[in-house]
Amino acid sequence: MRNTIVSLISIILGLIAGGLLMLFIGASPVEGYTYLFQGALKNISRIGDTLATATPLIFTGLAVAFAFRTGLFNIGAAGQMLIGGLAATAVALTMDLSRPILILVMVLAGIIGGSLWAFIPGLLKARFNVHEVVSTIMMNWIAYWVVYYIVPANFKGGTETESKLISETASLKMPLLTEMFQGSYINMGIFFAVLAVIVIAFIINKTTLGYELKAVGFNRHAAEYAGMRVNRNIILSMLISGALAGLGGVALYTGNASSMQIGILPSQGYDGIAVALLGANSPIGVFFAAVLFGILYSGTGFMNAMIEIPPELANTIIAIIIYFAATSVLIQRVFNKFRNTKTNSNDVAGPVGKKGES
Amino acid sequence: MWTIIEQIFPYAIVFTIPLLITALGGLFSERSGVVNIGLEGLMIAGAFASALSVNILQDKMPNGSMVLWIGLLIAVVVGILFSLLHAFASINLSANQVISGTAINMIAMSLTVFLARNLTGSGNIRITSGFTPFDVPVLSQIPIIGDLLFTKTYATTWFILLVLLVSTFILNKTKFGLRLKSCGEYPQAAQAAGINVIKIRYMGVMISGAFSGLGGAIIILTYAGEFTGSVSGLGFLALASLIFGQWKPLGILGATLFFGFASTIANVSQVIPELAVIPPIILKIFPYVVTLLALVVFSKSSQAPKAAGEPFDPGKR
Repeated sequence: MRNTIVSLISIILGLIAGGLLMLFIGASPVEGYTYLFQGALKNISRIGDTLATATPLIFTGLAVAFAFRTGLFNIGAAGQMLIGGLAATAVALTMDLSRPILILVMVLAGIIGGSLWAFIPGLLKARFNVHEVVSTIMMNWIAYWVVYYIVPANFKGGTETESKLISETASLKMPLLTEMFQGSYINMGIFFAVLAVIVIAFIINKTTLGYELKAVGFNRHAAEYAGMRVNRNIILSMLISGALAGLGGVALYTGNASSMQIGILPSQGYDGIAVALLGANSPIGVFFAAVLFGILYSGTGFMNAMIEIPPELANTIIAIIIYFAATSVLIQRVFNKFRNTKTNSNDVAGPVGKKGES
Repeated sequence: MWTIIEQIFPYAIVFTIPLLITALGGLFSERSGVVNIGLEGLMIAGAFASALSVNILQDKMPNGSMVLWIGLLIAVVVGILFSLLHAFASINLSANQVISGTAINMIAMSLTVFLARNLTGSGNIRITSGFTPFDVPVLSQIPIIGDLLFTKTYATTWFILLVLLVSTFILNKTKFGLRLKSCGEYPQAAQAAGINVIKIRYMGVMISGAFSGLGGAIIILTYAGEFTGSVSGLGFLALASLIFGQWKPLGILGATLFFGFASTIANVSQVIPELAVIPPIILKIFPYVVTLLALVVFSKSSQAPKAAGEPFDPGKR
């Protein structure tokens, strides 16, 4: 409950800061936000786009949040997405299978690619106590260059910087869904994402594995003393985290898009940290945070088209929200102070005998 | 072969310098006990500030390198201001330092592009001219080292090397340096000895802001010439150099030189026949793989400041 309040206050403060920024560049915040929310939610097709934008963010948010629960900071979701997406794209472009099996194999490839990329930092952390922040950053850049050279060499598409387009059979886009949302690029990735939210919530809250992972996150030494295999749990946590990020790559490159661009680390990887943080590392919180970011991202495009406000406003608002979420102690302090002054005044007025109880 | 080395050397050094100064900034912050993963963002803030100020000032006072030095100064100030956000969150509020640093990165990455796009439309800020390379008189005539170290050098290179020297001296020989390091090792003991841990840590983070801002500005004013909204991960590379160099100024110099050379070789490999036989992918990922290996090797004897990343709790024993 307290987490929800902190997140909501952070969001409000972030939106206020965004409004001030709009004022600063001489635009009207009311008009800006009107266009922003219209752009994200005006009609069924835009709502579809918003959900599609949120899909990879749900995955990366879950990835970061899951690792967080074990006390690991997976900053490498971007690299894991790239490798997961590359594996799925490779399957889509080379294997000739019927649609359900092809998509199943693509999803599996994405899971394997992503978890492989997270396995290395996990192993280094468990075995050599190498800090995962630095190792996952290194893995990001290795993934960046791997995609940079492998895609043009093997799957070169129309331009130098792009892979071939995947066929309709391999795309996560479903004609039925596209029709229902009137031409939006929403795809079955959103179903996978919702499924992932449920599965991860189940693992964290209802299984022995989840309990052990959380125990390692709370106190590594206590967990070890209680007989848990800490190193195994660290690696496992990274594997699952990487698998989720890899699925994010599948959703992004074979669902929202139909090809891979080289020379770009997907921003969703870094945004996943923000999503996880705002969602207080709970799967359901991640879902709502990702949808909010989806609204901001898909809405700013429309806003930019209507009035001259740069679309980077969305990123700025998100960044400021995260700063407020990171400094939530401040919000809590103000909150407590407010409450204390209220109880203090009650104390003064109240009967003497009541003191010391509470 | 010799001509290749001769050609690569000046470029590698130019590439090394922004990394070096940023990593050195990170050193001050981490040695005082505050992990600063926001180096990337602080560099971007510095790059943006210098590009914008030089862009504006070059129209008004067209001649001389004076404008460029003013640009550097403004980048330093902006870097410090930005770093205060991190200092406030991680020192006063005991926030998670990695998350706060991440927020700094995100704010800098988005806010600068937001403002730049509002100013120029494209989001890029170009400067008319940056520092020009020069040959150091007399010294460049020395055989071998003259060609390697004293030709095509930038004034900023010498300036940063001076900063490195002074920093090493400050860290190891002055009261402030020793106090700073004690705050990163055992802040409770430092406080018991009468040191103001909060103040020292603020200084550490502000120095990292100043140096990273400088690093970002040097990228723009030497080899880039244009602000495009990123520093291509150099801030993170500086962070890796800091660990690679085991939190020591000379170690950092070695680590950043390694990255400088590795990147330059990877960048020019296609035009040099001797290097073109190696697949470029190997050269590109080489520095990152070596860093991972180095982290493993150093893990047994890590020199990391013991209290880095932990919020200061005066009551803790």
